[in-house]
Amino acid sequence: MKDHFTMDEPQPRVLDETKQGVIGTPMDRPDGARKVSGTAGYAADHKVEGMAHGVLVRATISRGRVTDIGRASVMDLDGVIEVVTDPRMTRNPAQGMAGEAPVQPGDDVHYHGQPIAVVVAETFEAARDAAQRLVVTYRKEDAASDPDATPDTEVGDPETAGDFDAAWAKADVRLDRTYTTPSQVSAAMEPHAAIAEWTDGRVELRSSLQMVRFNKAELADTLGIDADRVRILSPFVGGGFGSKLGLGPEAVAAAIASEKLGRPVRVVMSRQNVFDAVLRRSETRQRVRLGASKDGQLLALSHDDRVSNLDGEGFAEPVSQASQFLYRADGLSFTQTVARIAATPAGSVRAPGEAVGMVALEAAMDELADELGVDPVELRLNNLPDTHPMDGRAFSTRRLADCLQDGAARFGWADRWTRGTRREGDWLIGMGVASAARSNMLVKSAARVRLQGDRAVVETDMTDIGTGTYAILSQIAGEMLGLSPDRVDVRLGDSDLPGASGSGGSFGASSAGSATFLAAKRIRRDIARKLGCPEDALTLQNGRARGDNREADLSELIDQELVGEAEIEAGKTDESHFSAGFGAHFAEVAVNEWTGEVRVRRMLAVMSMGRILNEKTARSQALGGMIWGIGTALTEEVQSDARDGHVVTRDLANYHVPSHADVPGDMQVVFLEERDDWANPIQTKGIGELGISGAGAAVINAISHATGHRTYDCPALPDRVISSLAP
Amino acid sequence: MKTTLTVNGRSHQVEHDARRTLLDTIRDDLGLPGTKKGCDHGQCGACTILLNGERVNSCLCLTAMHDGDDITTIEGIGSPDRLSALQKAFVEKDGYQCGYCTPGQIMSATAMLREVSEGAPSYVSGDLDGAALTDAEMAERMSGNLCRCSAYPLIREAILMASEAET
Amino acid sequence: MRPIDYRRASSFDDAAAGQIIAGGTNLLDLMKIEVMTPDTVVDITRLDGLSTIEAEDDGLRIGALVTNTMLANDARVRAGWPLLSRAILAGASAQIRNKATTGGNLLQRTRCPYFYDTSQACNKRSPGEGCAARGGAGRMLALFGTSDQCLAAHPSDMAVALAALQAEVEIRGAEGRRRRVPIHDFYRGPGDRPDIETVLDRGDLITAVVLPRPLEGARQTYRKVRDRASYAFALVSVAGSVTMDGETMSDVSLAYGSVAPHPWMDHDVVAMLEGERPSDALFQRAADRLVPDSAPHPDTDYKRTLLRRTFIATLRQLTGLGDATGTDIARTHG
Repeated sequence: MKDHFTMDEPQPRVLDETKQGVIGTPMDRPDGARKVSGTAGYAADHKVEGMAHGVLVRATISRGRVTDIGRASVMDLDGVIEVVTDPRMTRNPAQGMAGEAPVQPGDDVHYHGQPIAVVVAETFEAARDAAQRLVVTYRKEDAASDPDATPDTEVGDPETAGDFDAAWAKADVRLDRTYTTPSQVSAAMEPHAAIAEWTDGRVELRSSLQMVRFNKAELADTLGIDADRVRILSPFVGGGFGSKLGLGPEAVAAAIASEKLGRPVRVVMSRQNVFDAVLRRSETRQRVRLGASKDGQLLALSHDDRVSNLDGEGFAEPVSQASQFLYRADGLSFTQTVARIAATPAGSVRAPGEAVGMVALEAAMDELADELGVDPVELRLNNLPDTHPMDGRAFSTRRLADCLQDGAARFGWADRWTRGTRREGDWLIGMGVASAARSNMLVKSAARVRLQGDRAVVETDMTDIGTGTYAILSQIAGEMLGLSPDRVDVRLGDSDLPGASGSGGSFGASSAGSATFLAAKRIRRDIARKLGCPEDALTLQNGRARGDNREADLSELIDQELVGEAEIEAGKTDESHFSAGFGAHFAEVAVNEWTGEVRVRRMLAVMSMGRILNEKTARSQALGGMIWGIGTALTEEVQSDARDGHVVTRDLANYHVPSHADVPGDMQVVFLEERDDWANPIQTKGIGELGISGAGAAVINAISHATGHRTYDCPALPDRVISSLAP
Repeated sequence: MKTTLTVNGRSHQVEHDARRTLLDTIRDDLGLPGTKKGCDHGQCGACTILLNGERVNSCLCLTAMHDGDDITTIEGIGSPDRLSALQKAFVEKDGYQCGYCTPGQIMSATAMLREVSEGAPSYVSGDLDGAALTDAEMAERMSGNLCRCSAYPLIREAILMASEAET
Repeated sequence: MRPIDYRRASSFDDAAAGQIIAGGTNLLDLMKIEVMTPDTVVDITRLDGLSTIEAEDDGLRIGALVTNTMLANDARVRAGWPLLSRAILAGASAQIRNKATTGGNLLQRTRCPYFYDTSQACNKRSPGEGCAARGGAGRMLALFGTSDQCLAAHPSDMAVALAALQAEVEIRGAEGRRRRVPIHDFYRGPGDRPDIETVLDRGDLITAVVLPRPLEGARQTYRKVRDRASYAFALVSVAGSVTMDGETMSDVSLAYGSVAPHPWMDHDVVAMLEGERPSDALFQRAADRLVPDSAPHPDTDYKRTLLRRTFIATLRQLTGLGDATGTDIARTHG
């Protein structure tokens, strides 16, 4: 029996009443020892008896059809077993939460770099060689690959509130700016990998995936088999950031090759494959218009964007997502244009929408503050809406003003100097601020908790992609059952376990955490019954149950295993209340006046994101996001060839994720106390994406404060910075 | 072809394709998958090992060229129940998230601490006479190890903590 | 990677038997993606006499197998040729510098992404195939010395320093005779055969790099500008050595990296500076002379401005007009 819970009303703060006292503590990760000793098993780390090695073959045209796969060109090479093609092979990874097969293009080629076959050999070396040497014949077709030039565009209907044009006309000060951000990639350190093995008509897939419940359905649909013939294992994931939300072509290729050859097959994408064929974040062109009265009240706010994707992909980077709820205005308007191009398809990369949309919005707010002669912190404080500006929903909790004020005080914002006036040697120094915001979600999730004596096990197909799931679920179950978290084992990433939200959209901790909470709560009911007290009188602490003057050790009281299983999903609170994480980013940079190099000297984020489950892992998530903001502002750019859409920067030497040296030691994170009773029964909000949302803008604004000149194109590479400086 | 390697103090003879790299030998032939493949081109540092005591990218080493060489991998630094000071510090400081780059970071840091103690300079050293273990020095010296989760500040806190514990 | 025959050289003569491999940091990188496809690789790492740095006259003779790390850390190099240490330390990562060798560094190939991608036409990879970089994305391409056939830049930091230091490359010919070639004569421009990058003949083996005596009292630096703070190839770099005689610059040596198919030098610019008092006006005039009026690819037009500014900043630093604290000090000010 499974408890089913719908989030229809605000929830009591049970975790503030329980007595174990482990919620929020900066507990070390239980999986830590394995990670630092190299004994955590990632997908490709496994070696299965009789395993063959597969390497994907990429298309080298941007549109057309494969007319001949040239099998004979490689079959004589030592060790080559087979060149596998199949109509079930997939064009690209599934979009997040698709739960169905991605596009299966058959012999058609839709973009340069598309996987079109997998070469399987006895050794990795033989498979890699053959995959490169395979002579493929194509019939080429013309296609547009330049997102700025393609005639094939879809212009969405404007989303509006109030009358933007009228408000714009009334404004005393108008700012109309266009910003660009380049395509970016997740670039998780672990390349996408899969090992597939068939036994008795059932496929077991070890793969690096974020959303096992959906991935299982995706694999079953792709192969055309029942879902109960699929098992997916993904206990450790070497980074995801959106790139592993959906089942990837390497997993499909491994499953098909393994089925055809009757032996286990491992397919690991090369790093270049990952750049070619894993969903990227779309480049954006963003027009932001802000109209304000002389006294600094926003009257008009518009944020229009143009993004791109491949035909057949429903995803479009939701660029203006935060712009629709962050500030108030009499008239708001948002229009999106999607350009269709023959190029690597786009999908979710950490904080889709906010990660790049807030760079433009918050840079525009900064410039508007300058135009108005108002402090940028003040401008933001003066324009916070009472309710959601687009649909009138109440905010569940929102401590944005506190974050801005607290951060300003901690960062020394009051000592900020006039733009472009501070230098140290050849370096110009500047400070910048930006709001942070990221909408918060609850996604259907189930978990099972087993209690045997004073040891518990949490079971769910939820994943830990570095986010700290192993830690927080042991803390939640431990807190609810009165056990030290080291008495709680957490089993994750196995599709045979209850289906969770998966890791994505920052909703994993809240969703899977709530399911774990509810499953443990059900066990509390059973413990109370066994002890002979009402549930609300039960206290569980350090393996001992108390209530109504009765006491017992769990190790004695629980003589046979108690099992609780629960499922949660969003309900009416989502309709009445809007939940989002909020924060404020501050950055100080040095800009070399000769070379345009930018060095971040320190950053601070103050965040209110609901209850913090583990202060240590939460801080890590926040820091990671902030450093992605540095990457967005300073280093990261996918360059593609406009003629054929192929990715030019297809390795880690050419796509620059921040390195150690790009990140200062002085990176501070402060969490403000918050409980979101409307969000879920554990009062949490998402963390992983709030850190990036707005972070890049704080850096960009600091550059402008240092140099006295604006940069509208990200990243602010040396040449872009010097182009704005004096000759 | 055959090559003899000493890995974590144990001698192994491996039979391999001439094209095989130390990385694939260590992971697949010797069953030590703690050393990670992140890029296979010397662009990320996840495969860092100690080769005769020096940190190198094992993806850029042909196994055939290392007959008789001495190799230390993450498994030779410490096991889950016997972690080194550096490994413990990574756990305590949360100097990782997904954990995939972590073995490489730890191998690299192990060598880096020795290099600094021996007075080796870096690009950011004020003069070339060596340098103290400042954050900027650590950042430059560890830049061959990318971490996409971006645990960088915490990785450096962990390294500093371990270095202080040992002195 | 194509199947290879691996051979271990036991004598210098063996080196002629195939593609030489030493550090392998670039060669294996390129072999894995079949940009380079040798049938035979000859491992020279066990040859005697190539792994030491020895005094020679007032200079140094650096064996071809000396690693980047060993060279950058050598006490004599740090003291007498600090520019070389700095340039090496600016390159790649500690891991790569531990493997990469002096000879191999000179021979590393361009990082042009079209050279690296076998789906794209490249005259350097396959002469006569065409150049897809022309008309493509070309941020890392060269500014000087290109040809119709090839726009690629040489990525080495070390070679730029060696050029500024007027080092020579010692080469052992197939017949066993040794000769020395100044660095600036060692590389040839792309012309019609961008696949041929140096004056090395078949069977030639680089045995050493020779540094002339140190420049007494010279101030030296290596200024590298890149897209991230470390572990990235240069957009432009300037290797500079300036000796002051009272108020004037008596001895100036400059070389520029990532702007040409090889370390770039301009003797006219040096001539404008030597014997003159340093001033911003002079540096601006010298920069006018150095920087071309146009770029061979629109994406490298920025290198004209960036080179100009980096050139001036470097000279200001070396002559005391500007911030003397060197390369990447912004953060430590904080």
